[in-house]
Amino acid sequence: MPIPILMPALSPTMEEGTLAKWLVKEGDEVRSGDLIAEIETDKATMEVEAVDEGRVGKLLVAEGTEGVPVNETIAVILEEGEDASAAENLAAPKPAPAAPAETSPAPETKPAKAAVAPAPAKERPAGGRVFASPLAKRIAKDKGIDLAAVTGSGPRGRIVKADVEAAPKTPARGTGKAQASTSSIDARAFYEEGTFDEIPLNSMRKTIARRLTQSKQEIPHYYLTIDCVLDELLKVRKHLNAEGADAGVKLSVNDFIVRAAALALKKVPEANVSFADDALLQHHHSDVGIAVALEGGLITPIIRRADEKGLAEISAEAKELAARARDKKLSPAEFEGGSFSVSNLGMFGIKNFTAVINPPQAAIMAVGAGEPRPIIVDGEVKAATVMTVTLSCDHRAIDGALGAQLLAAFKSYIEYPPSMLL
Amino acid sequence: MAEKSYDVVVVGSGPGGYVAAIRASQLGLKAAVVERSEIGGICLNWGCIPTKALLRSAEIYHNIERAEEFGLKVEGVSFDGTKIVERSRAVAGQLSQGVQFLLKKNKVDVIVGNGSLSAKRKIKVESDGKVTELSAKNIILATGARARTLPGLEPDGETIWSYREAMVPKSIPKSVLVIGSGAIGIEFASFYKTFGAEVTVVELLDRVLPVEDEEISAFAAKSFKKQGMKLLTGAKVTDLKKSKSGVTATIDIGGKTETLKAEKVISAVGITGNIEDIGLEDAGVKTDRGHVTVNEWCETGVPNVYAIGDLVGPPWLAHKASHEGVMVAERIAGVKGVHPMDTTKIPGCTYCHPQVASVGLTEVAAKEAGHEVKVGRFPFIGNGKAIALGEAEGLIKTVFDAKTGELLGAHMVGAEVTELIQGYTIARQLETTEADLMATVFPHPTLSEMMHESVLDAFGRALHI
Repeated sequence: MPIPILMPALSPTMEEGTLAKWLVKEGDEVRSGDLIAEIETDKATMEVEAVDEGRVGKLLVAEGTEGVPVNETIAVILEEGEDASAAENLAAPKPAPAAPAETSPAPETKPAKAAVAPAPAKERPAGGRVFASPLAKRIAKDKGIDLAAVTGSGPRGRIVKADVEAAPKTPARGTGKAQASTSSIDARAFYEEGTFDEIPLNSMRKTIARRLTQSKQEIPHYYLTIDCVLDELLKVRKHLNAEGADAGVKLSVNDFIVRAAALALKKVPEANVSFADDALLQHHHSDVGIAVALEGGLITPIIRRADEKGLAEISAEAKELAARARDKKLSPAEFEGGSFSVSNLGMFGIKNFTAVINPPQAAIMAVGAGEPRPIIVDGEVKAATVMTVTLSCDHRAIDGALGAQLLAAFKSYIEYPPSMLL
Repeated sequence: MAEKSYDVVVVGSGPGGYVAAIRASQLGLKAAVVERSEIGGICLNWGCIPTKALLRSAEIYHNIERAEEFGLKVEGVSFDGTKIVERSRAVAGQLSQGVQFLLKKNKVDVIVGNGSLSAKRKIKVESDGKVTELSAKNIILATGARARTLPGLEPDGETIWSYREAMVPKSIPKSVLVIGSGAIGIEFASFYKTFGAEVTVVELLDRVLPVEDEEISAFAAKSFKKQGMKLLTGAKVTDLKKSKSGVTATIDIGGKTETLKAEKVISAVGITGNIEDIGLEDAGVKTDRGHVTVNEWCETGVPNVYAIGDLVGPPWLAHKASHEGVMVAERIAGVKGVHPMDTTKIPGCTYCHPQVASVGLTEVAAKEAGHEVKVGRFPFIGNGKAIALGEAEGLIKTVFDAKTGELLGAHMVGAEVTELIQGYTIARQLETTEADLMATVFPHPTLSEMMHESVLDAFGRALHI
């Protein structure tokens, strides 16, 4: 039996990806563990390794192909004694990429793991198989309906024609164009042709468009703003950086912010939550994401258990994550999950802004520039370095008073840094 | 005596009623069936089953007549009409017994008598002048239907027959005038033709088997004519004069008048629901043109009163009644995932020679419904098994939606097509597209290979034509 290699789901949310590069060619012998392809997902480029050994019979998807649906057969590995014609049957086009089980005999669960494993990522479920009639699949594909979003009324919840016809039009998986259409208005209609260049959306842009639209539509955001005096923090930072210079320690204000946020979440655990429709998930650890701007998008790698890490450790980890994010070398495990994010635009001189929550997190902190401002202390005007932060909260999970407590705790850590040592 | 109370009482024990009662009982409901006549209803006793027994005799006779073609020598072939009828009655009797056994096995009470709605959630049963009352949480009316009669064509049991008399002839008449060319009319026409009667079929519409696809109708008509049947379409019997030797019919054919003598007349001009004397009016159950009015769930609008099968209208098919019976029983029992009937998924079969079977939309109906269609055809003459069987006359036609590949309809004429149609019915039920049908392996050599070829032909890929 030739072994199909399926487009792997490198993360739970991955629906399609770009086959960036083949690392093998037809006829090559591969062994378990050999790298065979590079897949570019929404947020990262990942290497895929072979699980079975054999000879590469056929590469079915050309290098550089975008929007390859998860679980589509991308290549076929031949076992000993099989010739390339055995691969032809597996190479037959599939009518609906949403159903992975059509060509392989028993891939009921996690078909992506059958022949390939993503090299760096942890094992994670790749989403269940969608049961739909062949006709329903075809109509869904034609109309750009995502079957995953359709409720089936057939036997055992099978999706039938009537369900698809009754379903509102939603972006379909596997159709690159529909993927990011979060807007019902085609902007092209408003501009004269030739007055603009059309830049196709890359998978990261599509993901940003989809996820943030979903966030703003589904999450009731509210905002809390507070000013933090930074003078003490800057003094401590200067001191620590001077002391640690030889060891290569160079703490940024942001490192302090991450640590303060992690400790605030620990102090106000009711705010360290995710909303899960029928429950609140109160997290045991403070996993804090840092928004990193990239060429053509952004990504939010997560510093896990930041409450248990010192400033130097956070600093080193943040630098390393940001560097790998810019090279698109993060694994999904490094940017998915978390309960809180920090988005800092202070370096651009932004005084104050609001950020969009990154689901499944329940809060994000927008950090402005630390700048000299007049403050009043004991009735007297004084000069101080002040930073304005605005916390966006998911009201389903964090009520106003709770959000305020979290922000107050953060402010106290920032304004009196020695408390961060405790 | 304390009145008996049930979760479900079904009035009528035909294929709708007895199946509903069995299903209700399987689901833990206490169920009873009220029957005024024979268990199994018309289907088992005076319809589907005994006619199939008659037609089997005709088929065997027809094949024996063709013996030489197959290298067999059979001499002195004749038939005994009485025995043919006796066999048919025995088959019906056996099946009626079978249903009685099934009802008993499933603990369904059988109550003999005329059932009718009385007070709310009550059924009155009259038997030999005695009246009893049952109390029922739910009532399913399944009283079926009977032959429709036209003024001047009322069956008299002697020269003008309904299906009932046509099923138990004392002898095979020399000539038969069949009025109506639906399934019932055509099956009797075929039966009597095979046993040597001169058969004339009068059809009001412009073609025989008018509910079938036009091409299939035409194909069947050609075959019937070849057998020597006279088909008068777009025609109407305007007068019937009875005499000792039979009838003289005046027939209007598109404005021209013709007279025709026949020994017997079989009136098969449709059927009408048994809506009388079952208490519909008092209960407030609405009727329309001889049938009980129901919604897609077979609800009458009167709480807890359902009606199924022929009583509620076309298609007048036993399997439709059974399916509705199951649906209603499951709805009453609160089973999840129950769906209303989709009439485009109900196959229809006519057991004439050659047989006719279909499911879904005809080509014309599909186009009228706005579909852009792809049509496939495959003739029996191109199929090895058909030729080996000596049954090279027939056609399988498939109609697909050109855009979605949905199998909209399948239409067949030829040997054994009544057994083949189920393949396409499953395909429709599972919502397969042409791709799945093309990918399906059909065994060789079988007639079913033509089903494959017809699909392939619709997409320009037929292999054997």
